[in-house]
Formats: sequence, C-alpha cells, structure tokens
Amino acid sequence: MTKFSAAMTIAAFSAALMLAGCSTPKPVETPPANNTPTTSTIVPGSAEDLRVNVGDTVHFAYNEYNIEDNDKATLQRQATWLQKYPSVRVTVEGDCDERGTREYNLALGARRANAVKEYLVSLGVSSGRVETISYGKEHPICTASTEDCWAQNRRGVTSITSGANS
Amino acid sequence: MKPSRLLRAIAAAATLGTLLAASPARAELHVTVDQGNAQPLPIAIPDFASPNAADAAAGQNIAKVVRADLERSGLFRSLDPKSFIEKITNINVAPQFGSWRVINAQALVSGQVQSQPDGRLRVDFRLWDVFGESQMIGQQYFTTPDNWRRIAHIISDAIYQRITGEKGYFDTRVVFISESGPALARKKRLAVMDEDGANPIFLTHGEYLVLTPRFNPTAQMIAYMSYISAKPRVYLFDLESGHQEMLGNFPNMTFSPRFSPDGNKVALTLETAGNSDIYVMDLRTRALTRLTSDPGIDTAPSYSPDGTQITFESDRGGSQQIYVMSANGSGQHRVSFGAGRNGTPVWSPRGDLIAFTNQSGGFHIGVMHPDGSGVRIVTNGWEDEGPTWAPNGRVIMFGRTSPGGRGSQIWSIDVTGRNERRVTTPGDASDPAWSPLIQ
Repeated sequence: MTKFSAAMTIAAFSAALMLAGCSTPKPVETPPANNTPTTSTIVPGSAEDLRVNVGDTVHFAYNEYNIEDNDKATLQRQATWLQKYPSVRVTVEGDCDERGTREYNLALGARRANAVKEYLVSLGVSSGRVETISYGKEHPICTASTEDCWAQNRRGVTSITSGANS
Repeated sequence: MKPSRLLRAIAAAATLGTLLAASPARAELHVTVDQGNAQPLPIAIPDFASPNAADAAAGQNIAKVVRADLERSGLFRSLDPKSFIEKITNINVAPQFGSWRVINAQALVSGQVQSQPDGRLRVDFRLWDVFGESQMIGQQYFTTPDNWRRIAHIISDAIYQRITGEKGYFDTRVVFISESGPALARKKRLAVMDEDGANPIFLTHGEYLVLTPRFNPTAQMIAYMSYISAKPRVYLFDLESGHQEMLGNFPNMTFSPRFSPDGNKVALTLETAGNSDIYVMDLRTRALTRLTSDPGIDTAPSYSPDGTQITFESDRGGSQQIYVMSANGSGQHRVSFGAGRNGTPVWSPRGDLIAFTNQSGGFHIGVMHPDGSGVRIVTNGWEDEGPTWAPNGRVIMFGRTSPGGRGSQIWSIDVTGRNERRVTTPGDASDPAWSPLIQ
C-alpha cells in the first residue's frame, strides 16, 4: 500500500493518499518527471507517447527537403526517445503539397523521408530501425489550396512500425 | 470483355463493292485534322435499318454511338435525325442524294443490322459522299450481339480514317485511376473503360493506393504503381488472366512505369536512399539496366515510338525540366527551356511531339518538338497534368484537378488546342493512359 511504482499514475497516487485515513500522512517520493509535464494516461514508449510527448512531424519549405532549424529539436527528441526504447522500429513518411506533378512528388516525398531518416541516423539511431515511404501528394491532411494548407502538407511523419509499448 | 476474344468474334470485314459508277470529276470529300473544329463536316447518320423488328434497338444504338464518336472528335457535326427527309430502309439501294443535299449533309452513313440464324449480328454500313454522289466505304461485320458497341467504334474509325486520312482512335480503351471518398481519405481504384467512357471495369477495389497506370502496346497488360502492404512498387496487371504481379524485387520504391514500344521492356524509376533514377527492366530476362545516375530527381521516362530514345524529367539543373537521352542512357540533354517547371513528358505515337505538364502559376498541358522547339501551351486549367496521347497522335487526354481538393476529372483536347472536352468517367478520375488501337 505504501509502495508506489514509478509507473503509477498521479491520479492513483492521490487516491491512495486519501485512503490512508486519519494517520498523519508520510511524505512519499514523487515519481520522476517526464520530459513533458502531463497528467494524461499516455503509456511511455507507445505510439501516442511518440506523437504527443515527443513530436512525430517536421515540415519542409516548398520543393525543399532539408531539415529546418526549428525542426531539429523535434528530431533530437525522436532520436533520444528511440534510444530509450530500443525495440521500437519506425517508418518515416514523406509528403508533399499539391503543387507538383504526381511522379515528381513521389520522388520529392522520398527525399524528405530520407532526410529525416539521415538526421536520426546522424544522432545515433541505427539505420536498420528506420524505414521510409513516400506518398507524394497522396496524403494531404489539409485540403484548401492555400499557403497555410500547403505548409501543413509538406511534412515528414515518424510512426512506429513495431516494438511499441501499449 | 477481353479484346482478343472480341477480336475473334469479329469476322473479317468484306467490302461490298461500289454500287455506283464513278462520280463526276470533283475534289473528294476530305477534312484536314490540323484544322481542328474550325469547320466541322456536316454528316448525317440515320438509325441503322433493321429488316427484323427485333434488331431495331441495335440499329438505333449503333448509330447513336457513331454519331457521338464523330461529334466528339470535333471534326464532324452530326446532323439532327429529325431533319432527315429520306428514311433509309435498304442500304443496297443508293440514297436519294438530293434529299440529303437539301439539309446540307456533306456525308451520309447508311447502315443495317440483321440477326443471323446462328445468333450472330450482321452489321453493314456505307459511307456516301453526298455532293459527289459516290460511295466512299462499304463494309460488313459479323459479331456477337453484345459486341455491338465495339462494332460502332470500328465503323467510326473507318469513317474518320476515310475522310481525314488519319487513323481513328474510337476503338480504344483508357486505363485510369477512379477516385471516390472525401479529399482527406481518397479511395483510388485501378479501372479501364472504353474511350467514350462506356464499359468501365474496376480492377482493384480501393484497399490500397494505386497510381499511374499505363497500357502495353497490345492493351493486354497494364503497368502501374501500387501500395500493396505499404510497399510502393510497380506492378503488372494482365487483363486476360486477371493476374497481377510485382515487377522485380526491389528494396525500395519503384514508380512511373512505361512500356517500350515493342512491349518487351518497362522503363521505371527506382528510389534509393532518397534519390530517384531511371532503370529499364527487360520483361523476358528480368535483367535490369540503370540509365541515369544523377543525384537529382530523374523520373517519368517515356520512349520515342521507334524505341531509340527516352524522354524524362530531372531537376539536376536546379528545377524540374524535360530531358532526352538514348534508350541506353547515353547523350542525356535538356530540351525544355520554357517558363516555369516542366515534367511528365510523353512522346507522341507519331514521334513528332512531346506532350508535357508545364507548371508556371497553374499547371497546364503543353506540346513541343522533341528538340524542345515550338512550345505550345494548349490547356489552361488550375491543375492540368499527366498527358496521354490518342494512338493517332492528334488528341491528348489529361487529368484536371480543381482547387481545394474538389474533385479530379479527365479531359481531352486536340493537339491543335481546340475541342477541349470533359471525358465521361464513372465518378472522379485521374491518371488516364490511352491504349493503342486495339488489334
């Protein structure tokens, strides 16, 4: 009753304190904080953990595939996370906006996915753990023909292929 | 229906022979294709006669398809049957030319359908030069009754060829990607249909993404890209057997397939570590030959009709542009120097032009000579891309997308830049590829 594992959620922790009843509460060690403060029930090492707490998406400029400076921190977190969960394998999806011909965008999406992969590998992630796939302009997440939508659609998305916690 | 089986169903056409004596000296009826629809030829196509009342519907249907085919070409104006004075009941009797001259018909098609004791349908037709008072064609076909539509297209091709001097393109099919569902979760299916949009058949069912299908020279095989098992690869689909197979065993994405003119090879793009290069696979030996090795994007190969050259797109020079090389990969040189980006080059079956997608502001279809001269932009949509040629090199189909993900359509336009029309498709459609003339 008095031992709390680090995996226990804060909500359960509070409930246990109340059950302790009339005796003077003794201080208990708070579990170590995550990178991101959260009160949610996201399982560490899960697909949701990668998406929500680490960040799975980076963006690209029009017709470009270099990693932007403001996305390097995201990829750094992905690399750290992948080293923490060594059984996880991922696929990086490269996507484009609609302003390119179909075949060209398939090739451009491959460049983007590969740029993300190479950046992760440069940070110490084994290349065998990272697959790539291009969807060209076939996977938009925003359909308006506006600069804002196009910017959202030009992206590299890291998702877990296998080995996640659930 | 499998084309080769259909073919077997069609007995050899026999010329009936000219009924009339030679017409008076006069320039023969002729339309120049280069003029586009500047002055379409008035043609009268009454319902085909049916000695047996049971064949009346077939007679009406065949005439209707022939009218629509010729009208769609932009070179003919099909006259309203309500204006016809003479009712043709026996095609072995010469028409009353005067009654067709009165309504300004320059050409007249008379036809007849008759069910045979063995269950086949006999279709006869004659093409008449109304002012010359002479027969230009007289042919008959025997076919299975369910094949009437194809006979109509064959008749349209015969008329088109006799009057323009160019081969027709009505007895052809189009392979394309059928699209459905919301813009953020598009379902894409491999499909084929007749050139006029009839007889659509879905070959895949939307469980996985499919893109960029192309016919082989016999229209029996389709090369396309599929994401089966989330592995984007080039596949072959055999229309006769329904069998599909992954082409080769590549570790990475393969895409943008296109058959060689002899059908023995497929040029395609292989992506390796983010870099796309063009390769050729020999379908008999499965031997793979690498044609480009530039760090830029090299993709969208298309053979010249004689098989000696390949046009492709590359951004090796800094922006997406069109290049030409020998079929063995030597002599790679840029040919497009016009405004904006240029890609998806497709060599005309005549060899005289390359159609392409020009991206400058919007996306437009353009044509140019293979040396890059004579650039003409022929369409002006918001996003027109991916041209494909009619087998006679006179008409181009392409995909047209509207802004905001509001649907994909297939359109066609004459190489002259005239006669732009939406192609009938079952719902939204993209990535058309025209078959050769079905043999």
